[in-house]
Amino acid sequence: MPPKDEKSGFVALTRFGLGPRGDGGLADASSDPRGFLLAELEQPGAALVAEFDLPDSGSVYQAQIEQKKVNDIAKQAQQQQMAAQIANAAATAPMAPQNTMAPTAPPNMMAPAAPQNAMEAVRAARNASLRPGPTFDFLGADVEARVKRACNARAGLVERLVAFWSNHFAIATAKGGYFYHMVGAFERETIRPHVFGKFADMLVAVESHPAMIFYLDNQQSIGRNSWMGVRQRRGLNENLGREILELHTLGVNGGYRQDDVIALSNMLTGWRYADRNGLQSPLGSFMFDVGVHEPAPQLLLGVEYPQGGENQAKDALLALARRPETARHIAFKLARHFIADQPPPALVDRLSQTFIKTKGDLRAMTIALIDSPEAFAAPATKMRTPWEFSIGSARLFARAPIDIRQVTSSLNLLGQPLWNPPGPNGFPDEAAAWISSQGLKLRLDLAAQWTKRLKDPPDPRELLDVAFGAAASPETRLTVSRAETRAQGLALLLMSPEAQRR
Amino acid sequence: MSFSVNRRRLLAGSASLAFAATIPTWASAATRDPRLIVILLRGGLDGLATVAPVGDPDFERQRGGLALKISGDRPALPLDSLFALNPAMPTFKTLYDAKQALFVQAVCIPYRDRSHFDGQDVLESGQPAPGRVNDGWLNRFLASLPGRGDRASGEGLSIAPTTPLIMRGAAPVLGWWPQNIGPASDDLVNRLMDLYGQRDAALQKALAESLRVEALARMGGRNGDRQVKGAAALPPAMRQMVQGAWRLMRQPEGPRIAAMYFDGWDTHANEGPSGGRLAQLLGGLDGALDELRAGLGDIWDSTVVVMITEFGRTVRINGTAGADHGVGTVALLAGGAVKGGRGIYDWPGLADSKLYQNRDLAPTTDLRAVLKGILAEHFEAPAGLLGTTIFPDSAAVKPIAGLVA
Repeated sequence: MPPKDEKSGFVALTRFGLGPRGDGGLADASSDPRGFLLAELEQPGAALVAEFDLPDSGSVYQAQIEQKKVNDIAKQAQQQQMAAQIANAAATAPMAPQNTMAPTAPPNMMAPAAPQNAMEAVRAARNASLRPGPTFDFLGADVEARVKRACNARAGLVERLVAFWSNHFAIATAKGGYFYHMVGAFERETIRPHVFGKFADMLVAVESHPAMIFYLDNQQSIGRNSWMGVRQRRGLNENLGREILELHTLGVNGGYRQDDVIALSNMLTGWRYADRNGLQSPLGSFMFDVGVHEPAPQLLLGVEYPQGGENQAKDALLALARRPETARHIAFKLARHFIADQPPPALVDRLSQTFIKTKGDLRAMTIALIDSPEAFAAPATKMRTPWEFSIGSARLFARAPIDIRQVTSSLNLLGQPLWNPPGPNGFPDEAAAWISSQGLKLRLDLAAQWTKRLKDPPDPRELLDVAFGAAASPETRLTVSRAETRAQGLALLLMSPEAQRR
Repeated sequence: MSFSVNRRRLLAGSASLAFAATIPTWASAATRDPRLIVILLRGGLDGLATVAPVGDPDFERQRGGLALKISGDRPALPLDSLFALNPAMPTFKTLYDAKQALFVQAVCIPYRDRSHFDGQDVLESGQPAPGRVNDGWLNRFLASLPGRGDRASGEGLSIAPTTPLIMRGAAPVLGWWPQNIGPASDDLVNRLMDLYGQRDAALQKALAESLRVEALARMGGRNGDRQVKGAAALPPAMRQMVQGAWRLMRQPEGPRIAAMYFDGWDTHANEGPSGGRLAQLLGGLDGALDELRAGLGDIWDSTVVVMITEFGRTVRINGTAGADHGVGTVALLAGGAVKGGRGIYDWPGLADSKLYQNRDLAPTTDLRAVLKGILAEHFEAPAGLLGTTIFPDSAAVKPIAGLVA
């Protein structure tokens, strides 16, 4: 066994993972930092969250439709003052607000039939709480899975990559509607299966997913010369087409023009989801709607795509995934995320070549990144994002059960609410964005609060040894050891440059 | 009137007396004590739905269902013979009538493509084109102010969870964001400051700034706490943001120049300029103006608030009752120091042949001319500086004169 290199082990855990755990991990990482990271890739289904048994996006959509029906029926009953149960409930609960806009679902109201798992969720929601309005907290279940997975991972590389790609293909809960609860399913269905697969497959999965179709308005985009376009005089929406070119594939300097945006948008007309029953696809899942598809050949980046229905846009996406501009865009973003705000051009070139040579193989890209000379040698100039800081802090205390709310409220306060970035470009990925004075002070206030609330705080000096080892600077070691309380020492540890930078 | 001579003297303070002699060109800026608040409307504000050209013969035909009208349920508020204001902005209308607000139509940054993120970069960096830059024009302006190092003039305020590009750069910036949790103890803070001092200068600087701004905000709360009319109409976050701004800017030693941004203006679908989503956003912006005017009190008279966006939206409605990214748009100015009550425009018209690339409102005014005009008159900044350091390669873009009273 080679001598332990705790500095490289710490880099493996912080630059590429989610930080050391308070119950160990640094020792393993230090004996073979590279192997430690690669081992996480080799676990079968490493990026999936199968153990949580979460519903697919169609079920999430359908369950909410069913819940709405229940609510509507209840509302009707309430309005007609014919539901004795409601009256009784109101009489026995004098504190309940009167005349609320949202209806109360009566306990025994039968909802119309729906798929099994979706109905179970709705039933669970009704049994758990008869508050008016809300459906089962699908989003909460996904948040819990995401946070637990991140806290319990050995290195956290897989979860870092999932977060990276989710931010690359960003959607946001703020768009609302039935899709508020679908952001987690979107990540499970489009990002996780392809994190170590082909970029092209991830791209097609993302752009054809109901959540993305909704988020970037493609549901409403109608080809002007389509059957529907001619009759309704409605038309094109460029939002999805533009962001595919600008954000998802070529990048803003990728050499496309307004004509290309329109061509791709035209090809994408008809890529929709079933928003009512009786269509060719189950409610809430992808469908190609030929009635709104622009029926014409399109010229994208000088290549003609013959009229061909659903596959016209798919062919265009596959071609975009092969473009050298896309390779460069992805290479740059990966290098910027993991290595430095201004990554060495040689590194970007190498990653870009890997992308081209392997036809966008994301496993090969990950390995190329870890095997780059910069991987363990570049200085820690990046700032940990609020996600990495919040999860990293929870990992240090290795707490069970994990406090999900603590993580989510921390993310909200620090400006990186989970699955809710300000726009389709996702959260910023430069150190400057996360090093602001107000952000840093908030981290400190949170760290003080968390460590004060620990029931059985560990000795900060022991935790420092276990988690940072030789990577801790003498100054940090001294500062932590001189703290006046355990809580204070732990807060200083959480806020040390070693725990903030990567 | 309300901006008394005594207060002016108080604000000028001993520090500015000391450097007034050394920096003669900017001396009067130090005694006038002007304030500037830049509000970025990110996402591409639909200028034609904000200040609508109701008098243009092609407006209704081109805009269809998105065209505001001066009659009907929610009539637009007439501003002059050509333009009317979105009815969600009664405060702006009141200010306009009081000659404290104006609009600039058919305006755009020097960028003609339609990427939000590049557009925002150009808007905030002040560079003539998108590119990799790490500082913003407002910060460069702060850094150029005479008497830099004097807290009263050379320091910016960022009301945002992370400092926006427009405020990033060499000049010191206070960052503030509403927080709802108890602060760490002073002792813990001091220990961490020591550690950062030894190990990480950037973290030390950021933490030091946050402490100073918290102290200022606390003072503002004590001295300035009061009920503000109209605040209830704002979404809580917008209200808290604007309150943070006026509380800090009311302090004698507080910052004079602030930036903040509101998201959400990217109205591709169901734009709702009348009673819908855009109306709600404009109502929030209008409420923020009301809150600022009330909260700033006397200082309002020496304040310019400028509201700008990266670009506008297509003239024609798209297939989904919204509008896609387009070039020309509107800029709004409000404040006691604004020479208002008028529109500034070289109106290109909305006939098909007059549109930019047959889709957008043709921009006839460079937004930099507006911004340079404010800086030139409000702060008496020299033209040479504005055309090089602040807005590089923009010497040919002449500042608009007469924006500031």
